Amino acid sequence: MRRRQFLAFLVAAPVLTVAVPGTAEAVLPTLPQPAEIMDLGDILILAGTPTAGALAVLTVGEDGVVTLELPRAEVGQGITTATAMLVAEELDLPLDRVRVVLADARSELLFNQLTGGSNTIRSAYGPVRSAAAAVRARLVAAAAQEHGVAVERLSTRDGGVVLPDGRFIAYGLLTSAAAQLTGVFSAQPKPASQHRLVGTPQSRIDARAMVTGQFKYTLDHDVPGAMPTVVRRPPTINGTVKSVDSAAARSMPGVLAVGVVPTGVAVVAETFGQAMAARDALKVTWNPGTIDALSDKEIRAKLRAAALPFVVPPLLTQHVDMEFDFAFVSHAPMETNSAIADVRDDRAEIWAGLKSPIVARQTIASVLGLPEAAVTVHVMQGGGSFGRRLFFDAAIEAAQISQALRRPVKLMWSRTDDMRHGRARAASHHKLRATFGLGNVLTFEHRVASVETDFRHGLGEILTATAASLPVGGNLSFAQTVFLTTCKVPYNFGVVTSLLNEVPLRMHTGSWRSVYSANTRGAEEILVDQLAARMGKDPVAFRREHLKSARQRAVLDKAAALGEWGRAMPRGFAQGVAFHDEYKSCTACLVEIDARDPQNPRVVKAVIVVDVGRPVNPRGLEAQMLGGLTDAISTTLRAGLHIDRGLPLEGSYSQFHYARQKDAPLDVRVHVMPASGEPGGAGELGVPAAVGAIANAYARATGVVPRSFPIIFPVDFEPFPR
Amino acid sequence: MPTYTFVVNGKPVSVEAPADMALLWVLRDKLGVRGPKFGCGIGVCRACTSHLDGVEVQPCVTPVSSCAGKTVTTIEGLASGDELHPVQEAWLEQDVAQCGYCQPGQIMAAVALLNSVGEPSDEDIDRIANVCRCGTYFRIRQAIKSAAAKM
Ligand code: FES
Ligand code: FES
Repeated sequence: MRRRQFLAFLVAAPVLTVAVPGTAEAVLPTLPQPAEIMDLGDILILAGTPTAGALAVLTVGEDGVVTLELPRAEVGQGITTATAMLVAEELDLPLDRVRVVLADARSELLFNQLTGGSNTIRSAYGPVRSAAAAVRARLVAAAAQEHGVAVERLSTRDGGVVLPDGRFIAYGLLTSAAAQLTGVFSAQPKPASQHRLVGTPQSRIDARAMVTGQFKYTLDHDVPGAMPTVVRRPPTINGTVKSVDSAAARSMPGVLAVGVVPTGVAVVAETFGQAMAARDALKVTWNPGTIDALSDKEIRAKLRAAALPFVVPPLLTQHVDMEFDFAFVSHAPMETNSAIADVRDDRAEIWAGLKSPIVARQTIASVLGLPEAAVTVHVMQGGGSFGRRLFFDAAIEAAQISQALRRPVKLMWSRTDDMRHGRARAASHHKLRATFGLGNVLTFEHRVASVETDFRHGLGEILTATAASLPVGGNLSFAQTVFLTTCKVPYNFGVVTSLLNEVPLRMHTGSWRSVYSANTRGAEEILVDQLAARMGKDPVAFRREHLKSARQRAVLDKAAALGEWGRAMPRGFAQGVAFHDEYKSCTACLVEIDARDPQNPRVVKAVIVVDVGRPVNPRGLEAQMLGGLTDAISTTLRAGLHIDRGLPLEGSYSQFHYARQKDAPLDVRVHVMPASGEPGGAGELGVPAAVGAIANAYARATGVVPRSFPIIFPVDFEPFPR
Repeated sequence: MPTYTFVVNGKPVSVEAPADMALLWVLRDKLGVRGPKFGCGIGVCRACTSHLDGVEVQPCVTPVSSCAGKTVTTIEGLASGDELHPVQEAWLEQDVAQCGYCQPGQIMAAVALLNSVGEPSDEDIDRIANVCRCGTYFRIRQAIKSAAAKM
């Protein structure tokens, strides 16, 4: 859709609302929204198409183990297991004989080494299977040549080729012959109907290493000479060092080096304990930061002022108006921001959990004044991300420290710094208006005002490269493009318009699992419940009537049935339901809340139904939905950041109230719908519907519709000193 | 600097360290025992949870001086050789881990709970305050119940 048409369609809104008097009871169809025409995942796939053939690098070892070098970041979402399954499937190989390693930054992949937009399985499903099918064809050809039989008479199973006489030749014995073969081998991947492994529940391939403590994260690696390093940071965001007295710190036991870098003062010591003690002994004076005058109150006022006006006046029609506020939220992965860097005069080597390693490499090269080719960037498996590791601030900082102090460093951020100086989901304000008449929803408008979300991790370049194909055009900002290609209203609600306006503030934001959708779609699902109530309809029946497709209705129906929608609940308890559709997948969430004490609510039960088109690993998919649910419980009920004079007050998990076991439901059921097509996105899908369902349950249990999130958000702690 | 002698995962060790150095850094930076993870350093995330003489502790707030003459068990010392502890087995059976970073601490906390309560109730399990930022709590609960049934 061109921008001009988009505008024309906006202007047409009031006209359309009065043009349909005779159609009571039939819902008013809504035109396809940009995200239905082409979503962000499609854009990433399009940008990656020229390099898709080079995506999967497979090696067959003489031990019969096949290694997939995957140019994506594993951070807990299960992509190494899922892609290992794709390889094992095509090669007829037991899953435990596939190894997946994360590729270093490969600049030749251009736009095709970004882990985001719930896009790994969508973008890798074809290329990984094709590559594995080609490897299989080559191994079969090698066996055919060695044994003088036609390729057609050979089959594969259990990691080897079976000859017509029944003899079995393990792939490991064929790999060197296969490597000698000339010619191009390409083969069609198996049709899905022949899948024996893909689509079955499998456990993580690295689970054993994790439960035995053997699994290595960035800081668990030893790089020769790289010693524990920490940074003393400013009292406000983006403050800079004015002067340092490091005499006391330098004389402390174990301290190896101290130096000023753009982000603060770095201390290197023999242990992290000693480095942190010396950091605390530094006497530093600071220059101001970039948002020193701002606290939540001012930021909220800016957001309220920035929300764009509605098109439809509330005159003449019945309507529901609602406004919502969402606080900043820390990504707070368990593994704090960390990186190892070894910078020499003519080269640099970096190790970190990185979802955008090519841009990281380019940026680090330019910061260090080295050619890109002289910088090696190793992608480490991360201890959580939720969008955080799209940014590479720890990697740049480690590189700068290593260069300044002329020694390799192992940099770890403190938890307090991670929450206060790390990234956060941008705070947002939402204005919604729905109009209805004669039993129909006539219009549905959403105006989102958000603190600017930083996408400077390569997404802008991707959007520029694909600009000609985008479903939105003209002069939309990158952020508006991301907004329109990720958020869509899944209902036929007549004329639907969603607009984002951003307030730029110089602070550290970043996409947080589901980007705009958790807040945007969460708010919409609350409005849907209120609209249903005003129109005298049951929340499930109302959604069912207005969902756009049979596939969506099947998901909602299943959730209502499994969750026993409408069952009697004791006083103070209630059910809540919501629906969400993104990245070619959809989900319904039905929760039960215990809000007998409205200040101490607990989600006690959740039923989630999910249709991702084709689940590769249902067990991993269930884990993703469970994670999304826990994120929604946390951010809806208790977890957020208070900004006070240029700095978040929260500095640890005792203050940022991410859910603990006592906040988690006692009963969770995730139902995965059978495969029906190509894989859709799954990593972020679980959050928005759960946000809506929890808020709706809370409203039904307490009689108070929540307007500000998290709902329970006092400063119930003594903030750490700045 | 004083020297402290204690046992880590069955092996006697002697380390020279300031008395107030947290056990976590002695383990990770001096002894190379990297199973216990740093998540906060103030005893609230519990990613570092280990056992001192069989009792759950948070090494990030346990001074090394308090370990002298005692036995430290970290996640690496839980299995006997290749044979996993039933709680580790249960973790595999339920496929609990996502990023895995909190799981050494979760498992050590669960083992401590099961050592004191054979059949933990939901309320008992709720008292495990370890953070899992990936939100695996429900699978943790199931794994603890499954391990309890087998132990
Ligand atoms: S690091 Fe020890 S409790 Fe958080
Ligand atoms: S599995 Fe990632 S923090 Fe628990």
